[in-house]
Amino acid sequence: MEERRYRSASGAPIALRRRQHSASCRELAVRCPRLQLRSLSAVTSAVWLVAYGLFVLSENSMVLSAAIFITLIGLIIYLHFVKIDQESLLVIGSLGIQVTSSYASGKESTTFIEMGQVKDVVINEAVHMQKVIYYLCILLQDPGDPQGVSEVVPLFQSSKPRLDCLIEVYRSCQEILQQRKTAPQ
Amino acid sequence: MVLKVFFPSCCSLAESGILIGRWISEQNSAVILAVVHFPFIPVQVKQYLSEVQRVTKVGISVLGSWSNSKQEKEESLSEFLEDLGTIFSHEPWIQISKEGDSKFWSCSTLQKHSNNPKEEEIILVYYDQRKVMLSHLHPPLDTATSTDHRADDASKLSAIFDTVAKSKILFMTDRYDDGPIKLTHWQSDGVEASIIVELVKQASVPACMLLTFLLSLVSGICRSRVLKFWPLSFLWSKLSTCEQLGHRLQHLQVISSNKKAQTQTQLMRKANIFVSLLIDVALGILLMSWLYRKNRIGHLADTLIPVADHVAEELQDLLQWLMGAPAGLKMNRALDQVLGRFFLYHIHLWISYIHLMSPFIEMILWYVGLSACLGLTVALCILSDIIALLTFHIYCFYVYGARLYCLKIYGLSSLWRLFRGKKWNVLRQRVDSCSYDLDQLFIGTLLFTILLFLLPTTALYYLVFTLLRLLVVLVQGLIHLLVDLIDSLPLYSIILRLCRSYRLAAGVKFRVLEQQDGKPLRLLMQINPLSYGRVVQTYRLPTYSCYPKDSWTSLCKKLFLGELIYPWKHKGEKQD
Repeated sequence: MEERRYRSASGAPIALRRRQHSASCRELAVRCPRLQLRSLSAVTSAVWLVAYGLFVLSENSMVLSAAIFITLIGLIIYLHFVKIDQESLLVIGSLGIQVTSSYASGKESTTFIEMGQVKDVVINEAVHMQKVIYYLCILLQDPGDPQGVSEVVPLFQSSKPRLDCLIEVYRSCQEILQQRKTAPQ
Repeated sequence: MVLKVFFPSCCSLAESGILIGRWISEQNSAVILAVVHFPFIPVQVKQYLSEVQRVTKVGISVLGSWSNSKQEKEESLSEFLEDLGTIFSHEPWIQISKEGDSKFWSCSTLQKHSNNPKEEEIILVYYDQRKVMLSHLHPPLDTATSTDHRADDASKLSAIFDTVAKSKILFMTDRYDDGPIKLTHWQSDGVEASIIVELVKQASVPACMLLTFLLSLVSGICRSRVLKFWPLSFLWSKLSTCEQLGHRLQHLQVISSNKKAQTQTQLMRKANIFVSLLIDVALGILLMSWLYRKNRIGHLADTLIPVADHVAEELQDLLQWLMGAPAGLKMNRALDQVLGRFFLYHIHLWISYIHLMSPFIEMILWYVGLSACLGLTVALCILSDIIALLTFHIYCFYVYGARLYCLKIYGLSSLWRLFRGKKWNVLRQRVDSCSYDLDQLFIGTLLFTILLFLLPTTALYYLVFTLLRLLVVLVQGLIHLLVDLIDSLPLYSIILRLCRSYRLAAGVKFRVLEQQDGKPLRLLMQINPLSYGRVVQTYRLPTYSCYPKDSWTSLCKKLFLGELIYPWKHKGEKQD
């Protein structure tokens, strides 16, 4: 198991952890930048300042309790539905590829794609506003057309690693995917 | 090539024996269903397996051997197990052995007729047998709708789920049965059964028959000729309460039918309808008890007439305002007075009718309120119908205003064409040029100017009454939306997803367990449940109303031209 530091597309520090469980099974996990205390306190103070301003204008103390309530509920929703802590890729040769996102509140959302549906894993370029960003994606096989691609599943959408990190992940995946081409199955 | 062995986690503590299950050669995987213990007679085992295969249509065979030894590996036992491979010939013969309490098992295969002597890698996947048996795998949405779906393209996982689900009969024998074969599987410690479930099953047959008989009586009455006479049938089609009652009757017929549900979808639909009806009736009875306590329904009836009066008075004030100089606009005096007086007279008639009915209102409302026990949806539909009846005069005004405006617009457009020297060709459905006589042109121009200068007055009346009508339609629409929500929500599926989430599977997820070098890769296969959004989408009950098919542009066009709009059309009604 090894862990290396890289940078995301926006410059935040991320870490890539690679584990080899067996000859045909590898796990690659990218840890996203953590929730910063600075931004959390900035948002909370802004909301409470606005609420205090409204309270001074309207003389209604319900505004203050409502502000506290909104901050709490907003934080819970953010941690449970928005903030992703870690995105991992588990490649099991001859079974499939599993993509997991774990949220800051501990929730994990998993998708498993069978090996029969996977055509290839590639690095694509995308033009986003004024930047060109690279992203890793899984190409799914079209059942009717052997040359066609039915769907493109982008990976690591929240951590957005840069090209150097993506190349490492790409190489690891391709080593396992090559095995299925050499095997008679 | 990689060999995948799906091992049930309940068999980890089983005594030594042989493994039976299904070998899926296309995927190079073995699904192990149970362990047969020593002593056994091979002929009897083969007989038993062929019987099970005949009943379940799943290709079960002996796949290998399982040895669970408390001490060190015994050489003699391992040779004995290898010899078994010659009796039950299976290619490849899988040998799994566990020493003591170690988590790491050794797994090897014996290939007699193989050309490549290379050791193949083995992956050991543990699965929870009971959960996989009860679970229903839902294919992803795009493959579920595609029709050119070949059998051999079926998902590999669905083959595994099918194998375990179809082998239910194998799990019916437990270790207390006296038979020649001793098995270990998830139910081998005693077959699970619930007294309540058995009692309900026994009681449901006569209950269903009674319900079917009652329903046939009710539907016979509904279909009788007495109710088909013209005024009554028109009334029934306009009242939404009758639609809702008919819909619920249909639901009851589905539940009370004697045929057992064949597929998972049918079973879920029956269960959803049953739970939805139950909750509906429970909420209705709750509402009824709240209404009849402290005579609230009497208070409601008392306030109904003053509210209707108040609405009529507001309308009269509105008309007086229109007859003056509304919003500073200057109306045509004569037409204004005519239209205003016409509508005022209507309101006067309406108020008189309401006052005529007022002594009977409380009694009618009291009896109508009793029908809330049929369900909350019926109560909401009755509310919607009462609103429709109370605002009937607004509907009438809207129709008058719309017809007048529509006539005016058509007249204007036709005379405008005359102005330009063109004419509408009905045969060819297009505009053609035409030469008019002088007197035709003169009359046409006169009429055009008259209609044009009277347009603002008519347009204003039309606008005001259309807005009022749209308001009423909005309120009725919201009530119908709520009724549809209660009708179509699959409550049983949502509760199942909440409490027994493994029953509705969107897929699987694998967890890598502790590894040891030299031993096969150990994975745990768990069920990935469906998301709530997909549960509601897959198991929604169909409703009888279709939502506005008119897009916003066509609606605006209809409003501009003065055509009557019917935003809430029901399925089965003639489209105009």
